[in-house]
Amino acid sequence: MTALAARVTAEPPRRRAALPGAALAGLVLAALAALPVAAEAAGLPFLVVTATRMMIFGLAALSLDLVLGYGAMVSFGHAAFIGLGAYAVGILDAHGIRDLAIQAPAAALVCALFALVTGAISLRTRGVYFIMITLAFGQMAYFFMVSLAAYGGDDGLPLSGRSTLFGMRLIAGDPALFYCVLAVLTVALLTLRRVVASRFGRVLRGSRDNALRMQAIGFSPLPYRLTAYVMAGAIAGLAGVLLANQAEFVSPAYMSWQRSGELIVMVVLGGMGTLVGPVAGAAALIALEEVLAHYSDHWRLGLGVMLVAVVLLSRGGLAGLAAKLGRRA
Amino acid sequence: MLNLFLIQALNGVQLGILLFLVAAGLTLIFGVMDLINLAHGALYMIGAYLSATLTAATGSFGLGLLLALPATLAFGLALELLVVRHLYGRDHLDQVLATFGLILILNEGVRIVWGAAPMSVPVPDALSGSVRLVGTLHYPLYRVAIIAAGLATALGLHLLVNHTRLGMRLRAGASNGPMVAALGVDIRRLFLVVFGLGAMLAGFAGAMVAPILSVDPGMGDSVLILTFVVIVIGGVGSVRGAFVAGILVGLADQLGRTFGPILLRSVMDASAASQTGRTLAPMLIYILMAAVLFFRPSGLFPARGAR
Amino acid sequence: MTAPLLSVRNLRKSYGALKVTDDVSLDVASGELHAIIGPNGAGKTTLIHQLSGSLSSDSGSVHLAGEDVTHLSMVARVRRGLARSFQITSILDGFSVLENVALAVQARSGSSFRFFRPAAREAALNDAAVAALSRVGLADRAGRRAGSLSHGEKRQLELAVALATGARLLLLDEPLAGTGPEESAILVGLMRELKATHTIVLIEHDMDAVFALADRMSVLVYGRVIASGRPEAVRSDPAVRAAYLGEEEAA
Repeated sequence: MTALAARVTAEPPRRRAALPGAALAGLVLAALAALPVAAEAAGLPFLVVTATRMMIFGLAALSLDLVLGYGAMVSFGHAAFIGLGAYAVGILDAHGIRDLAIQAPAAALVCALFALVTGAISLRTRGVYFIMITLAFGQMAYFFMVSLAAYGGDDGLPLSGRSTLFGMRLIAGDPALFYCVLAVLTVALLTLRRVVASRFGRVLRGSRDNALRMQAIGFSPLPYRLTAYVMAGAIAGLAGVLLANQAEFVSPAYMSWQRSGELIVMVVLGGMGTLVGPVAGAAALIALEEVLAHYSDHWRLGLGVMLVAVVLLSRGGLAGLAAKLGRRA
Repeated sequence: MLNLFLIQALNGVQLGILLFLVAAGLTLIFGVMDLINLAHGALYMIGAYLSATLTAATGSFGLGLLLALPATLAFGLALELLVVRHLYGRDHLDQVLATFGLILILNEGVRIVWGAAPMSVPVPDALSGSVRLVGTLHYPLYRVAIIAAGLATALGLHLLVNHTRLGMRLRAGASNGPMVAALGVDIRRLFLVVFGLGAMLAGFAGAMVAPILSVDPGMGDSVLILTFVVIVIGGVGSVRGAFVAGILVGLADQLGRTFGPILLRSVMDASAASQTGRTLAPMLIYILMAAVLFFRPSGLFPARGAR
Repeated sequence: MTAPLLSVRNLRKSYGALKVTDDVSLDVASGELHAIIGPNGAGKTTLIHQLSGSLSSDSGSVHLAGEDVTHLSMVARVRRGLARSFQITSILDGFSVLENVALAVQARSGSSFRFFRPAAREAALNDAAVAALSRVGLADRAGRRAGSLSHGEKRQLELAVALATGARLLLLDEPLAGTGPEESAILVGLMRELKATHTIVLIEHDMDAVFALADRMSVLVYGRVIASGRPEAVRSDPAVRAAYLGEEEAA
């Protein structure tokens, strides 16, 4: 774990000043805001759907970054939270509750509770134990949904339609859903940026770098790690709410352990402990998936080869490679 | 009721034995090399596919199995030399990423070579009957054979680990890796041997279940996660722990599926009980894991502290 | 006579048959600098671990200002005013020098479950951190990345962090380890100043430093305290001469 911590902190110090950074962010935001209009004009409406999907997984990867990048906890069960959030929507919908004002808080709450219980147990351990246990708990949630025959079980559960917000059908269209997801992602990014710089974030980062040092000055890392784990779970749950709405369908497949693995790849590919990086990583992976899947059914083979090659060829792994590229640029 | 209990208990033991075979190698790989190998389940899958193919080619299950073992061993050794060797001493996150990549490669590779449709292997004629246990109660002979073969392997492994030079090094490596290296043991060869042995054991398990389960590209994934549960319960690096935990998990799973609903029927009505029981049963082993961890964070038989 | 600030009674720790800490008892009065010396392998670092709470004891007791802290965690002991430094420099390399110290201030001033206000802009934390840095002479390094400091400066930073915890009692585990003569002189000067405000338990190999600083000292050999008292008394103690100074004296 300490090697991981060393890698995260060994990032080059921020090179860009705050102002150009803000300008760049504004530019990206403006470009995204114009995307649905541009896609419509260009006759490529599927781009909006793909971009929405990218941002939803960006939100999930962002939340995992809080755990993995800022907390050095290699959680391999993060997709479970996406699935639980999606099922909160699906199950409430099946009972006629279709408003986001209830669905979203319920999803966040369910995920936070699941994270609290499983995190309290998993965080008693470190290293390979933690990886295996989070994976096992993720699988537990998966099998629970598979065997929950009342709500579709293995086959999944179609929604009656997209959720309403305060009774209004605000996200019925794809462009509207796009803007909704963009708004949620932006708020989450800005919020987490403050969180990692706050007192709490400082303790979390300190515990990632040197847990013993933190104890020696009077912090026990566990409550901070658990809090981060719960926050990340709740945010990933919101990603699940959005995913369910996009597909108008929920399925245990959302929480398969391969999904959890892909989320880790998104975070590491984009840059651990950078917040924006994992969002970009999610977009890149989904773009790769779309492109590779276009050419072959066996696109996962390509992803696998790429993962193995990158880890073997770069000394510091993917993060080391990212840091190296960053320095060169 | 008692008959059902006996059958399910035997099924549990049989599942537990299989889990032990996969877990034994993996727990040593964790313990001795400090390597998290997600691709271990894929070796189980490779074993099943190789034995299915070789059985079909030779027309004999015994011959197929016999040839599949060295083939899986060779596959494991090649994997160690090509990829896994370069992951020792690396960050756990790197190991997770690379071995996750290996799973993607192996699962897709199997799909390309053998197709996505499940393969089936007939139960060999000599083992196709059933044995009488008590009264009218019969149990498939092939499953008895699996239990027997698994127990024999466990015994052999016990002798290997506790009564040979290699075993001494394994135990030393699991409890104190750097020291063993410092004492001049050729660590690279020891690691190669452990990985090869683990691959062969997993392949053996895969080959043996081929006649009773369908052989498909995802079969390694589900067994991998059960294996993790077994290792976490048993304690990383402990072969004995893997045995006890394997049987425990196998029994909990099989008995829970049958008797969970029956027990629940005493507190709720029949349809709700079977509904709830079916939902909860697959979670039982994870709840077992959580309970064990809560009281013993480094498992039942810790070879060294959880890190 | 006032009660000692730190009181250790019959402390033991064994690994199998090896007694690493063997019936250690010692008292450290408030305001005193108590040095613990002993040859390599005498169990000094184990003792520090037991006193700081990072290692549990088999038996015996540790009292801090009259309170039994034997079964308290390291975190709980720090909060009661017992801080330690590490033999191997253990700072947060990726953080700034100021943040390293401010984090220790943060630990004792208000809740750290605050999620929105930027911690780096909290004047109260930064002021206290700068004050601690000034005491160790690192104020002009506040904005640097801690990992970029020289070895001696890192040792100074260790002291600043321990100070910033607000501790009354400092356990210093070989603060001079790996330092050159000049760095060592700076650190000895620093510790002399800290004596005015803090009670200190000092484990150190550098005998010149120990005899220059210590009010009292204990000699640890194979986990046992073989002598304890004023430096001049310890220096002339025959048991110490035999066990510690050994053949050199005899020759």
